[in-house]
Amino acid sequence: MERSIALVALFAALIAGLGFIPKFTLAFGVPITAQSLGIMLCGTVLGARRGALAVILFLLLVALGLPLLAGGRGGLGVFASPTAGYLVAFPIAAFVTGWIVEHWRGNLAVVGAVASVIGGIVVMNLIGAVGLSIVLGKTYVESLLLVTAFIPGDLIKAVLAGLITASLAKARPASVLSRA
Amino acid sequence: MISLTSPVETWAHRWPAGLKLGLMSLATVALFATEDPAILGASAVGVALLYASAGTRFARAGARQLWPLWPFLVLIALWHGLTGQVAAGVALTLRLLAAVALANFVTMTTRLSAMIEVAAVLLAPFRRLGLSTRALEISIALVIRFTPAIARKGGLLSEAWRARSRRRPGWQIVMSLAALAIDDADHVADALKARGGVLPIPDTDQKG
Repeated sequence: MERSIALVALFAALIAGLGFIPKFTLAFGVPITAQSLGIMLCGTVLGARRGALAVILFLLLVALGLPLLAGGRGGLGVFASPTAGYLVAFPIAAFVTGWIVEHWRGNLAVVGAVASVIGGIVVMNLIGAVGLSIVLGKTYVESLLLVTAFIPGDLIKAVLAGLITASLAKARPASVLSRA
Repeated sequence: MISLTSPVETWAHRWPAGLKLGLMSLATVALFATEDPAILGASAVGVALLYASAGTRFARAGARQLWPLWPFLVLIALWHGLTGQVAAGVALTLRLLAAVALANFVTMTTRLSAMIEVAAVLLAPFRRLGLSTRALEISIALVIRFTPAIARKGGLLSEAWRARSRRRPGWQIVMSLAALAIDDADHVADALKARGGVLPIPDTDQKG
């Protein structure tokens, strides 16, 4: 119980901490923040339920008024902005990612990366685009086309999520709860 | 941890948080239910007046909070400029600005402690059902305590990397940071157990 709470809370803090790291520009010149990498890691490391709980806890603190989203954003305004759909998608993406890692017992780096692609990119954008289409008044398909620009950066993050999870499983095996 | 509450004391700071949140929710639903540019325009002016009533410094801070929306406003302008649906574009812009600014206004005029009280009231039904909300309360405190700590460790890791490499720090830092978070979590879990655990009632099933 205590361990679960501590891990969930510390991973919520990790998502926030990753938002403070200055953007690192990856290949293709697309500047990306590490925050969505944190969402993927919540799923791949903590598993479906605890991973989603960590993300929900993070979002609760954003809603309460703490500037924890990348770029120091936060408060209730972000839940009315065009990217609100992504905030709804965050916990679901972590859950799906974690569920796949829990149920597919393959090489952790590969499984973690594939799970992050499905949960952190496919599910994330399918739900996030709903928010875009509502707030920006576009059709769903048009909104999906808008977000394709971010997919190359997200693919890199998914591969990194897999590699990091596999390294953590070696360094801190007892704490990778998705495989415990 | 610095919250987004404005240090400029305004009349709205004295309003109960629950009332502000309730009014904001109703107004947001109404904003998204209408397409009428006149109503949306009047709402945007109304929100602007709210900010103006709180003084110049407050209003300027509020305007800065809206800055991250600029890519979307450019997108709406380009799209609706090219397709000729200018009226629809204006309506979308007004609604977006009014809804986000209104929600920011509530955040800027409500202290973190007042927000947490509202959350506690909303969770009361769960307590009446016999579910403990103590785990959630402790978790909130832990995140507030450890976010600056993790951010600081991330900064230290970046500096350590720069001291040894000419290349910029990259994803390797995230792996170390996650390991540090896990170590912190282990220490916190031990500390919580040493202080009697999260659920201090002895007859409940306490699984490690």
